[in-house]
Amino acid sequence: MMKFIKRFYLSIILLFLYVPIVVLIVQSFNAGKSRAKWEGFSFRWYQELFNDPAIMQALYVTISIAILAAIVSTILGTLAAIGIHAMQKRPQSLMMTLTNIPMTMPDIVTGISLMLLFIFTKVERGYWTMLLAHITFDTPYVILSVLPKLKQMNKHSYEAALDLGATPTYALFHVILPEIMPGVITGAMLAFTLSLDDFTISYFTTSPLVQNLSTLIYSQARKGIKPTMNALSALMFMALLLLLLVVNRRSSKTEVKN
Amino acid sequence: MSNLQVPAWGTWVMLVGFVAFIVLLVIYFKRNHGLKRPIFSSPYTLWIIVFTIVPCLLIAYYAFTDVNGAFTLDNFKNFWDSNYDMNKELIAMGFNPADMGFARGTVNVDTLGYSLWMAFLCTVICLVLGYPTAHIMAERDFKLGPTLVVLFVIPMWMNFLLRTIAWMSLLEDNGLINGLLEWLGIGKVQLMYNSGAVLLGMVYNYLPFMVFPIYNVLNKMDYKLSEAAMDLGCDKWKTFYKVTLPLSLPGVVSGITMVFMPAVTTFFIPRMLGGGNTEMFGDLIERTFLTANNWNVGSALSMIMMVLILLSLGLLRKVDPEGEGGSMI
Amino acid sequence: MKKLSLVLALCLVLSACVFPASAEEVVNIYNWYDYMDESIFEDFYKETGIKVNCMYFTTNEDMMVQVRVSPGAYDVVFPSEYCVERMIKEDLLAEINMENVPNAQYIDPSLLGGAHDPENKYSIPFMWGTVGILYDTTKVTAEEVSSWGILWDEKYADQIFMMDSIRDTMGLTLKYLGYSMNTRDPLQLKEATDKLIAQKPLVKAYQVDETKDKMVNGEAALAVVWSGDALYAMDLNENLDYSVPQEGSNVWVDAVVIPKTAKNKENAEKFIDFLCRPDIAQRNCEYIWYSSPNTGAIELMGEDYTENLAINPSQDIIDRCEWFQDIPENYMTVYNALWSQVKNAK
Repeated sequence: MMKFIKRFYLSIILLFLYVPIVVLIVQSFNAGKSRAKWEGFSFRWYQELFNDPAIMQALYVTISIAILAAIVSTILGTLAAIGIHAMQKRPQSLMMTLTNIPMTMPDIVTGISLMLLFIFTKVERGYWTMLLAHITFDTPYVILSVLPKLKQMNKHSYEAALDLGATPTYALFHVILPEIMPGVITGAMLAFTLSLDDFTISYFTTSPLVQNLSTLIYSQARKGIKPTMNALSALMFMALLLLLLVVNRRSSKTEVKN
Repeated sequence: MSNLQVPAWGTWVMLVGFVAFIVLLVIYFKRNHGLKRPIFSSPYTLWIIVFTIVPCLLIAYYAFTDVNGAFTLDNFKNFWDSNYDMNKELIAMGFNPADMGFARGTVNVDTLGYSLWMAFLCTVICLVLGYPTAHIMAERDFKLGPTLVVLFVIPMWMNFLLRTIAWMSLLEDNGLINGLLEWLGIGKVQLMYNSGAVLLGMVYNYLPFMVFPIYNVLNKMDYKLSEAAMDLGCDKWKTFYKVTLPLSLPGVVSGITMVFMPAVTTFFIPRMLGGGNTEMFGDLIERTFLTANNWNVGSALSMIMMVLILLSLGLLRKVDPEGEGGSMI
Repeated sequence: MKKLSLVLALCLVLSACVFPASAEEVVNIYNWYDYMDESIFEDFYKETGIKVNCMYFTTNEDMMVQVRVSPGAYDVVFPSEYCVERMIKEDLLAEINMENVPNAQYIDPSLLGGAHDPENKYSIPFMWGTVGILYDTTKVTAEEVSSWGILWDEKYADQIFMMDSIRDTMGLTLKYLGYSMNTRDPLQLKEATDKLIAQKPLVKAYQVDETKDKMVNGEAALAVVWSGDALYAMDLNENLDYSVPQEGSNVWVDAVVIPKTAKNKENAEKFIDFLCRPDIAQRNCEYIWYSSPNTGAIELMGEDYTENLAINPSQDIIDRCEWFQDIPENYMTVYNALWSQVKNAK
């Protein structure tokens, strides 16, 4: 009985999470333009999607920024984590506080403060400023996912490697990095996800010339979202589901093998 | 726009700061005869100075200056009394604001209070819904835990604006839920255009941020502890109350942080689901900057928000000094 | 390591795709979302070899902030007339060389020479329209909507959509009270504010562009809208109708302007000339349902256009309407503070 109640509870929560997404996908098959009226089943919006240069451009911007920001912030964050880990207590806690600032600052304040920075220094806002902003809010998450792995590591292996004649770079790549790899990968994934879904910070740090999906949707939101957007998210949803299923399959297979 | 000119000293400060950083770096190298590990974090240090500290200082600069760049506290007075600037103009025009019935305007303070209240409610609901969820997911004989984590993450990959708009289709007077109610013979209920709908949208968006940290902590917890408690004669509830709950507190604390803080500055959701009838602090900041075009007052509002969040963070640190809960990782 | 460099290379290629090496001629336009038939861009490219990049804004106020802080980003912008006035005052606009825009001859002279641009040096009208009430004929009679007063009628509690736009909403309230929409008398503004706060319990939502779809769906009985949105909704739901109340309303013109900082001024002028060409103006008009200032286009559309009272309002409707004028900064402070009170009244 208890088990049933628990399962039931979980299903209700999942239903709550997925109902809007189902609605979104169903709407993408509506033949009419209006969100309100069902005018029959059609693939019309899927065809229009690939002919819509604004959406395709925004998709490019979104994905390329997410990948670039994830790479840069992973490198920056991993190095920083290694450095912070080796610090004395005082500078270490100072660095941790600094790292916490962008994480705890409200998105809207981060976005506005960066906008002020770019306007103040007369840097034209656009693709690169958006990338810089994304790296800025991604990096702390990378640091926080790498640090625990460093704590688990043997303290002396790096020094031992240096004593045995390894250069710092060699020791970094062959001693430290392999140990903390899981943390680095989690950090990179997290950075990618955050960057993909960000709206507020992008909204303030880009010019209308360079739109990512979120800012494009925002500019459309007031006039009524075209179902092409729904079609795009339905496709992204399917792709993701497929990817996760494949990953899950493979990992469960390896588990069985082991 | 006159208040966006770079003051000459601004450029100099940035230049001097950069040079000082390089000099410090060189001194450090000389002293330590080469590459020590802490130096790995120097690129990040530079990054955080340029893209976090300088922007924060800029906000402070605008918050404490007027349109002409002179020092003033008027922007904060405007927060306390939203009619402050207006009354000043009215007096300059030869009117007496008091005669016209313009006392202190409480709009900004009220909006902040309302946002804090909404964020508080949202956090409580997320906790009440999220804790049992995380607890069930982390149970030892429940094999689907990791799968469920994935299922919780997927909605977050869908665009947050689109998800909110999808809720609109559900909650409208002629939306799907009301269609269902009517079909059942219950009749229509107005679900949207009120604070309840805004709260629903917020809970929907922030629930995963409550579930993950609690799940992580519970999942890593040594189950032998609760088994031992059971063996020693505690019943189920007592075990939970005495063992599981205290051990999961760090997760709860970081969950609360991760829900409450973004929730205070929610924007877009009140406009879409609440019908724009009541603003939240995020909307207010955005409107002040981008529609009313008042960068100085906007900066003051942002600063107040920032200080408030840092204060509440300090308070939480007291409860969870080690930051054990970590983030959602 | 190999994998990493592969990923890096991939990213470089990807980012290169985002920035197509452009030696190409372009024109960057900054417009309201869904305010133009975008298939004309292709024709423009075929005729001139100039590529159109389109960006969108949502309100006049947002647009002005962006034009100020992103110099050089935009070549053609579409502000409403009161913003044209403000932008001229702030020295943000370039004079349009009318010799490069011969098709401007088609513009209805009655829309030229307004107070916002008396010498027609900086702007050319693009579309115009009115503000009025879109109503559900099954719930409301035509007689009732002949006055703004219906928006304060308790019979329609929770059936009213107001416009989340400071000038429009304050303006119609001032009109209802018998004042000018451009009033600078704080006492009149205060009266209008109190009126709007008293109305708040009856209002379902304050919004702008969401209204049209919601009205099609029958979410409310009454909504304050711009004429083009009304026509869009009436086309999709035959129970809807549009009325400009007797007390009078706002008549507005959205114009085409070139910012002073524009990088492609010649292309901008070519594009504006293209927009003024009757066949193109006709396509735009038939796509977005606002009133066209282009006499050539109106001739091409014939009776479809002239017989439609909502898109082509009669002279007596226009006569009772008023144009917005720019409100100076110090009075705008008063407006903003009062608007804040309305938005946050419980």
